[in-house]
Amino acid sequence: MNQTVFAPWDDPKEKPLIRFKGVTKRFGDFTAIDDLTLDIYEREFFALLGPSGCGKTTMMRMLAGFENPTEGVIELSGQNIVPVPPNKRAVNMMFQSYALFPHLTVYDNIAFGLRRGDMPKHDIADRVDEMLKLTRLEKFAARKPHQISGGQRQRVALARSLAKAPKLLLLDEPLGALDAKLRQATQFELVDIQEKTGTTFVIVTHDQEEAMTVASRVAVMDEGRIMQVATPEKIYEAPNSSYVADFIGDVNILTGTVKPAGEGLYQVHWSEGREPNIAASDKNFSEGQTCHLAVRPEKIAISADRPADADNALQGKVLDIAYLGNLSTYHVELQSGKVIKAQTANTRRVSRRSFTWEDPVWVSWTATAGVLLDR
Amino acid sequence: MKRAALIALPYLWLLALFLVPFLIVLKISLSDTDLAIPPYTPTLDQGLRAFIDGLDFENFAFLASDDLYWKAYLSSLRIAAISTVLTLMVGYPVAYAMARAPEEWRATLMMLVILPFWTSFLIRVYAWMGILSGEGFLNQFLLWTGVIAEPLTILNTTTAVYIGIVYTYVPFMILPIYAALDRLDASLIEAAEDLGCSRLKAFWLVTVPLSKNGIIAGSFLVFIPALGEFVIPSLLGGSKTLMIGKVLWEEFFNNRDWPVASAVAVILLLILIVPIILFQRNQQRQSEADQ
Repeated sequence: MNQTVFAPWDDPKEKPLIRFKGVTKRFGDFTAIDDLTLDIYEREFFALLGPSGCGKTTMMRMLAGFENPTEGVIELSGQNIVPVPPNKRAVNMMFQSYALFPHLTVYDNIAFGLRRGDMPKHDIADRVDEMLKLTRLEKFAARKPHQISGGQRQRVALARSLAKAPKLLLLDEPLGALDAKLRQATQFELVDIQEKTGTTFVIVTHDQEEAMTVASRVAVMDEGRIMQVATPEKIYEAPNSSYVADFIGDVNILTGTVKPAGEGLYQVHWSEGREPNIAASDKNFSEGQTCHLAVRPEKIAISADRPADADNALQGKVLDIAYLGNLSTYHVELQSGKVIKAQTANTRRVSRRSFTWEDPVWVSWTATAGVLLDR
Repeated sequence: MKRAALIALPYLWLLALFLVPFLIVLKISLSDTDLAIPPYTPTLDQGLRAFIDGLDFENFAFLASDDLYWKAYLSSLRIAAISTVLTLMVGYPVAYAMARAPEEWRATLMMLVILPFWTSFLIRVYAWMGILSGEGFLNQFLLWTGVIAEPLTILNTTTAVYIGIVYTYVPFMILPIYAALDRLDASLIEAAEDLGCSRLKAFWLVTVPLSKNGIIAGSFLVFIPALGEFVIPSLLGGSKTLMIGKVLWEEFFNNRDWPVASAVAVILLLILIVPIILFQRNQQRQSEADQ
């Protein structure tokens, strides 16, 4: 069986559903979006990820039609939608506050959009029933929004925005108001519903874990620019800048200068004269160039003696231990004062762990564990 | 004990300032007119037995037999209802504009709405006489611009009464509606537009239903005092405008017929009880919805 991986962004023949072309948005003299170009493909679950104020919400509001770009073009299925008002776009939005109409029942909230068109009455009823079933809300159809729980309200908002079968569904921090347990369950539910309906989803979130869980591709944004667009694995394993590496998950960033060491290997030299580290990279660096070596804590091993076969090993002492239950993160202070985070699985009980505070230890990692970055 | 005293306080207040005066008026309405001081009989000095024997419903029967009174009641109801609708039509857009105004402007706008209360109500109604009369500012202005050739007769008509009531009571309409609109989440309107509503449709389907409680509260706050209004019809309405407040005043001060005047007042109060109860229920439902 020839199983194809869903990756329309790698296929040059594929036409994007949404296309941002040189879009800039200014509010007064504040630039929210700065000359942004981005393609989003059909059936994608696309996440816009970034800290608050990075412009992700502005991008979403431009897609919905609540804001117009100062410059540039936004295309939906090849057609410029900038002059189209929100009520004429085949785009629906699920609001962060859910924005459920408090004076209408769950049923009427879901039917609200359908009743604005010229759909026959019994078709509307069928569609609403379908949506209620999809979101498991059949029992609550006659209730008002203030009579149901937060998780149920979230599902009503989703059902309402999906009812008109939009080409594109926008989700503004859809799980932000839910507690951690419910949020996790709902993330998988969202992915399920997205696959069932085949709708293109664009989600805005500041929660990197959420973006990684649900999205087919993630765009990491900062100050109105997109820093990197890639699949969650690539964003995590191969960030293109120390900003992205630092934003997604935990990371140790070591800054130094490079010296080529042949066969795609580079030596990283530190200012304080320690022995250089070795890192592999398929990018080209010239000698003396400043670089950042990003190593994830779980790729760093910790041991009492210097490991014989490690490419990189540094000595230090345990400064702090963060116990996370299944994992422990050791903060190891090097002789230079720099703190390295190393993570290990807690395969033994805490009382029997090998290291404790102030213990002298070695941290080590392989040449391919880290990512060498030029910015 | 302290708690009971605290609860008793508002009831004592109601008893002293509402129930006792009402009972006095009710008692007078059951008496007969007399050339004496006070101008009715019986009084309690005559002994309790004679006092109770002297009371009857004669005045109420008289009110029912003379069509002046029920015409005045009906006319008052009509004028109050029409003025309420007019006040809503003026007040709603103002409240809407206030709620949509930039945050830093709202306190000032609110101030402007309340500002007229700083001068006497009587003076403001007199000022309208100067504006609306045959040689008044309005007619002079319209003649000057050439819109009309002859001065309009506005003063001493029902139109002047409507203008007076709308002008006087519009803040009572604006404030509750503004309070309702101010709480309205702007994303609800965006959601309505997102789901296919035009701006106007979103207004009808979302903004209006969600400000319903404000509209109801404002309408009662205008309707209830407008029904018994005396100053505005007597100063601006002239002799042609028939309102129960004016009839009441004439019975008291021109005819010196306190018992009939009291009977008029009692019936007015009974008519008002219905909207007051509805108003209370609306307020209660609103506070329940807020929880």
